[in-house]
Amino acid sequence: MKRLPVLLASLLALALLLAGCAPAKESITVYNWEDYICPEALDLFTEETGIQVNYVRFTTNEEMYIKLARGGASYDVAFPSDYMIERMITNDMLLPLDHEKLPNFSNTSAWLQDPDYDPGSKYSAPYMWGTVGILYNTKMTGGPIDSWEAMWDEKYQRNVLMMDSVRDSLGVTLCSLGYDLNTRALTELEQARDKLIRQRESGVLLAYGVDEIKDKMANNEAALGLVWSGDAITSIDINPDLAYCVPKEGSNIWADGMVIPKTSKNPDGAIRFIDFMMRPEIAAMNSEYIGYSTPNDAALALLDDDLVSDPTFNPSPEVIARCSFFHDVADVADLYDRIWVEVTAN
Amino acid sequence: MKAERRKGGAGRFFQRMYLALVLLFLYAPILTLIVFSFNASKSRARWDGFTLRWYAELFRDPDILNALYVTLGVAVLAAALATVIGTLGAIGIHRMRRRSKALWLLVNNVNMLTPDIVIGVSLMLLFLFFKLPLGFFTMLLAHVTFNIPYVVLSVLPKLRQMNESAYEAALDLGASPGQALCKVVVPEILPGILSGALLAFTLSLDDFVISFFTTSQVQNLSTLIYSMAKRGINPTINALSTLLFAAVLLLLLLLNKRVDLAEQR
Amino acid sequence: MNRKYLAAPFSLWMALFTIVPILLVAVYAFTDAGGTFTLENFSKVLDPLYLGVLLRSVGMALLCTLICLVIGYPAAYFLAKKEIDPRGALVLLFILPMWMNFLLRTYAWLALLESNGLITSTLNRLLTLLGAEGEVRLLYSYGAVLMGMVYNYLPFMVLPLYTVLSKIDPRVVEAAQDLGAGRAQVLSRVVLPLSLPGVASGVTMVFMPAVTTFVISRLLGGAQFKLFGDLIEQQFLFTGDWNLGSAMSLIMMALLLLSMGLMKGFGDKEERGQDA
Repeated sequence: MKRLPVLLASLLALALLLAGCAPAKESITVYNWEDYICPEALDLFTEETGIQVNYVRFTTNEEMYIKLARGGASYDVAFPSDYMIERMITNDMLLPLDHEKLPNFSNTSAWLQDPDYDPGSKYSAPYMWGTVGILYNTKMTGGPIDSWEAMWDEKYQRNVLMMDSVRDSLGVTLCSLGYDLNTRALTELEQARDKLIRQRESGVLLAYGVDEIKDKMANNEAALGLVWSGDAITSIDINPDLAYCVPKEGSNIWADGMVIPKTSKNPDGAIRFIDFMMRPEIAAMNSEYIGYSTPNDAALALLDDDLVSDPTFNPSPEVIARCSFFHDVADVADLYDRIWVEVTAN
Repeated sequence: MKAERRKGGAGRFFQRMYLALVLLFLYAPILTLIVFSFNASKSRARWDGFTLRWYAELFRDPDILNALYVTLGVAVLAAALATVIGTLGAIGIHRMRRRSKALWLLVNNVNMLTPDIVIGVSLMLLFLFFKLPLGFFTMLLAHVTFNIPYVVLSVLPKLRQMNESAYEAALDLGASPGQALCKVVVPEILPGILSGALLAFTLSLDDFVISFFTTSQVQNLSTLIYSMAKRGINPTINALSTLLFAAVLLLLLLLNKRVDLAEQR
Repeated sequence: MNRKYLAAPFSLWMALFTIVPILLVAVYAFTDAGGTFTLENFSKVLDPLYLGVLLRSVGMALLCTLICLVIGYPAAYFLAKKEIDPRGALVLLFILPMWMNFLLRTYAWLALLESNGLITSTLNRLLTLLGAEGEVRLLYSYGAVLMGMVYNYLPFMVLPLYTVLSKIDPRVVEAAQDLGAGRAQVLSRVVLPLSLPGVASGVTMVFMPAVTTFVISRLLGGAQFKLFGDLIEQQFLFTGDWNLGSAMSLIMMALLLLSMGLMKGFGDKEERGQDA
């Protein structure tokens, strides 16, 4: 039977593969967004500490939450956003950070040392932050834009990109109506929903996307796009016709933090990783690579002056003041879910 | 037929045109990928000249190479396991009494007719229920699961065609059941086993949906492409697809040649 | 040793990885987050909102199947004819795209259909030449999603049709011709009825994945034409309501098994009809 050797060989290969998965050296598993860290920073960390990094990606906060909350997998460091950190704290999924082991935390900008989603930064250390705004093509708009209403302007037929994410798209619509973007009020949410449906029905909307928006904008595929400030910087680098604004009606400001889930098998390695990422030169390296703003004051000093003085990268206090963080609305998740189905599936 | 051939000039032309158009439809996107894999510009909107840069980058990218190994590893192992289990299963089912036979064929068919997304989520529920970390191993289990029915269904018809008395004769001549199985039954049904294995390998290579739900720590090519391409279609992906396409083309041509030879024999 | 025991690993595997998971889905579907029995998940799916999405998904899958049949039948018929010489190679050409990763193939359409893409820009240039106003946008529309589905599933229609058509005994056709049947008659009275089993399996193989597709609508439709598959994914990986997601999966499965049963009954009847 000739297949027997083949079978044996495959089983052997399987055994080897499984053995390969078992950590021979100390290692940590990092759960982060796609393309959200400078690969060199990971190499430097391994070089210095000898800890191998297994880098795993997620595409939405919610996916990350579900895989952490229900999954058998254990992750040592995760990178959720503000409202998700809040939800994880509420559900007792995080280990408190030992600030004695985080000497580099003192580099953090004062206003993010005590964020409202995690008072006193007990469970999270900020990694990147930014705003949500409109990325627009100045050649197509013919001038600057300062209001959300542009995204409903019927002269931009099939030229507006929104995010395929209920929190972001609905949130900015609530802002445009003058409501709180964390509202639980049914009438306000329904008004925002109707406004989003109107955006589709009037033919203004081209598509809902997430990460592809910056690519589309850089390729002149649309006039306006809802983006995170960091993506705006990347796109403007490629296509100088683009500009970014945080509309006057207010918007969302966000921060992604580093946390240690309770299921971590190597919390010591995890905290060393977090502190390493907060070193000024490493934070600067990451910020430069990703294009998002760093919450690290010492790193800011190391970055290019052009970048630091760019209001997209480093918005003025007035802009920050008119923006607010998302908070967890898990208790009305049903409602948000329904609204999103009504908007995107009819 | 003969009459048709005589007047068939125009008809034949039409047929060829039609097939060419359908093939153009099937190959347009693949050709686009291939052309853009040699484009010096990152943008899809313009051609900046010929380059092999993306191929060089591809082989330096540890993520892509890793995903390639995972994909091939899962496909080979899943096809091998599914072929063994499925072939034995088919032989067993073939010998079963009517009622249990119907039952297991039904289970087999239910598995095949279950939408990928439901197989994906149901297996995810199972793995998470048993607290298995979603990774290489769970993905392998899932792939074996969706491969088995196809192996069973390719082997069963060959068993039906087989002459039962050959096996009995082998036993009468003093062969052990194991020997009779290996020396008599397996060679008879080998074409079915091979086509089942090939089908399993193909399905496993191409799968996205089930992998998407059954792994998180380890990525195969599909799940990697899914998360990468969201960031903008990277030319290295085009280079990768071109290479995959070339490999598949080569493999199929070789297989076709072997089949032709076998048919001639 | 009784050979039927060789099926033991198969039976065990299927029990553990097919039956148990489906039962698990059923348990989730009939319970709430706390684990008590409820039918609420099903009443939620029957809500006009979700039901509407289900109906649209089915409608779109039917349309996709029909288009695949209309395009695929002639292709399979011509392929099966002996006249085209490198027949084996041509059939291979139809199989080849199936071996390319499905996501890669779909992404490639993005590059062709976007405004600066080859097809759209050529079309627009042509329209401008003809003096037409405005700009055509192909990507992110209902039509783009439908095309993506047809593109991905067309080979599943062509191959079973080809298999059946190429097995039709040429003598049967010749006999019909000798008896005075014209081309159209041969096609409608001989070839078509004999190829019905192939039609049945082609329709099954296209309809099934089409009705549950969940990525194509996002990629080519710009997430504006969410289908039932998208909703299931959303429940499992976004909202986290696994109970509702399970109920949706169960309904989807029941729908499919039912339609496959109907299809099979249809095929069997055809076969019996032939025997008679």
